[in-house]
Amino acid sequence: MSKYLVRRVLQLVVVAFVISVLTFMLVHLLPGDPTTVILGPNDTAANRAILLKQLGLNLPLWHQYTTWLGAVFHGNLGTSYLNHQSVTHILATGAPVDIELIIISQVIAFAVAIPLALVTSRKPNKPLDNVATTSTFGLLALPPFVVAPILVAVFAVGLGWFPATGYTPFNQNPATNIHEMILPSVAITAGSIAVYYRLLRSDLISTLQQDFITMARSKGLSSTRIMWRHAFRPSSFSLLAAAGINIGALIAGTFVVELLFVLPGIGYALVQAVEQRDYLVVQGIALVVAIAYVIIQFVIDFIFTIVDPRVVRE
Amino acid sequence: MPDDRELLDTRASAQLLGDRFPGMAATEEAIMAVSTEHLDGDDVLARKPLGFLFWFAVVWVAVVFLAAILANVLPLQNPNFQNYSSLNQAPSTAHWLGTDDLGRDLLARVIFGSRVSLVVGFVGVAIGLAIGGTAGLISGYKGGKLDIALNAGSFIILAFPAIVAVIAIVTFWGQSLLHITIILGVGTIPLMFRVIRASSLSFAQRDFVVAAKTMGATDTRIVLREILPNVIPVMVTFSLITVAGIIVIEGTLAFLGLSVNLPTPSWGNLINEGTANNALATDPYIMIWPALAMFLLLWSINLIGDRLRQRFDIREGLL
Repeated sequence: MSKYLVRRVLQLVVVAFVISVLTFMLVHLLPGDPTTVILGPNDTAANRAILLKQLGLNLPLWHQYTTWLGAVFHGNLGTSYLNHQSVTHILATGAPVDIELIIISQVIAFAVAIPLALVTSRKPNKPLDNVATTSTFGLLALPPFVVAPILVAVFAVGLGWFPATGYTPFNQNPATNIHEMILPSVAITAGSIAVYYRLLRSDLISTLQQDFITMARSKGLSSTRIMWRHAFRPSSFSLLAAAGINIGALIAGTFVVELLFVLPGIGYALVQAVEQRDYLVVQGIALVVAIAYVIIQFVIDFIFTIVDPRVVRE
Repeated sequence: MPDDRELLDTRASAQLLGDRFPGMAATEEAIMAVSTEHLDGDDVLARKPLGFLFWFAVVWVAVVFLAAILANVLPLQNPNFQNYSSLNQAPSTAHWLGTDDLGRDLLARVIFGSRVSLVVGFVGVAIGLAIGGTAGLISGYKGGKLDIALNAGSFIILAFPAIVAVIAIVTFWGQSLLHITIILGVGTIPLMFRVIRASSLSFAQRDFVVAAKTMGATDTRIVLREILPNVIPVMVTFSLITVAGIIVIEGTLAFLGLSVNLPTPSWGNLINEGTANNALATDPYIMIWPALAMFLLLWSINLIGDRLRQRFDIREGLL
């Protein structure tokens, strides 16, 4: 087990290092630099050169990179060129927004997908199952940039049940916060519901053919008990694995709803930073997102060993 | 044949993968699971007929393709012609789907817009399949250091926040249809690689492959004649899912103003135009038509992929 852990940590370090180099090269590949955004397009070349020097951007790239890396090891991710906020501060204020979005959307997805799959898998290919299975393809065809405007038009503008935009931190006012986060979370939940439902359904169908289910049935257990206690756990592997990938993809993929609902998350901060050539912000966020991705894969792998004790790590 | 069944099982193959590169079982399994969706689940059922919905989906995809190809020949209005005497009109005989806030004909814009989605989706996947698929096929069969290196490389790329790369490259390279297609196509390579590698790996140790080897078949022959035919169902299904995925990503890029340059219509930027500046309240048709066309296309592609998978995945255990 400890050997396994060491390998995982090594893997994390390698991934983080390669990604930081890649991000660094990518942002410096972009035409223009932060001075264009700070000074405007019409300033003189001399002023530009002075500012570049002040920001340390006139140094060779490898020098800039090693300086940045050295600072990262001291826990300093640098400061935005544009608004002088530290990258750690941007992450600390932005990340909770995304974490909350992901949690609420995944809770909704599980709350819809799991009971639905438990019901339809009992009678596969019957009308209810067919309707549910076909309509989940519809959910897969509803990307956030289509769902979000419709949700706003119907539930915010039309019915007035939810605010169209706005963000209140959770610790300031939990009720308002949740109220504001519901529409954006629903907007990104459609695809997750479809994937989770379909995976769990087909796994359940195959589990229900197993001998131990027949055994449980012949003992006279109620079908609810069989579904939840006997069938659900051995059928939840693909569901878990897909959740891992999905959550990984959502970490930086929430920018569309952040933009539409004016939420101060890191997804849109990242997009904006790329556009403004705010190199350090891009590098910092990309690094943290990649590390989070690897850690989530690790956690999912670990949950596997809990759900199925037969899965042994070396 | 319990052994065969076990090897075919995606779960077992995921564990096999986990052994080769520890700690990747979860990712592998999810990708495999999403693409093949645990064949054993549906196998116990009798084969379903393809059904009305399947044919409806096929017809819709065909109609969209035909309209996109024939757009120049069809009696459509110029999609960029601004007719200021007919702004924000509802559907009528003159404009079947209505007009937008600049008086442009929405039918023409939706049809011309489909070209971007179709090219990006299908050509993009062809790129990913050609490179990632080939690499995955070989890597899964051969194993060894090459496999470990490619596998680790693809894991790293998947951990990278793709949007940064896409924005950076699009900005650097320019927003033409060709560039967007190449960028998104190349972006699917690691995903294609992993799915096809996993599938190829699950066949690499099977008896028929060992038999072919014993008879002295060359590696090329084994990959092409023994492994490829078995991997094709996964390839087709996953490719269709990916086509749908890329079309969504193009839409998202358009939403950020990073897809093809305006005024070239694409479904993404049409939807975007239809939701910006309160347009949804003044003229909902601007958004409804492209959104509906895209919804039906994505739904159709996903449904076709799923039905084909059910149809053509023959498990030996059942024979």
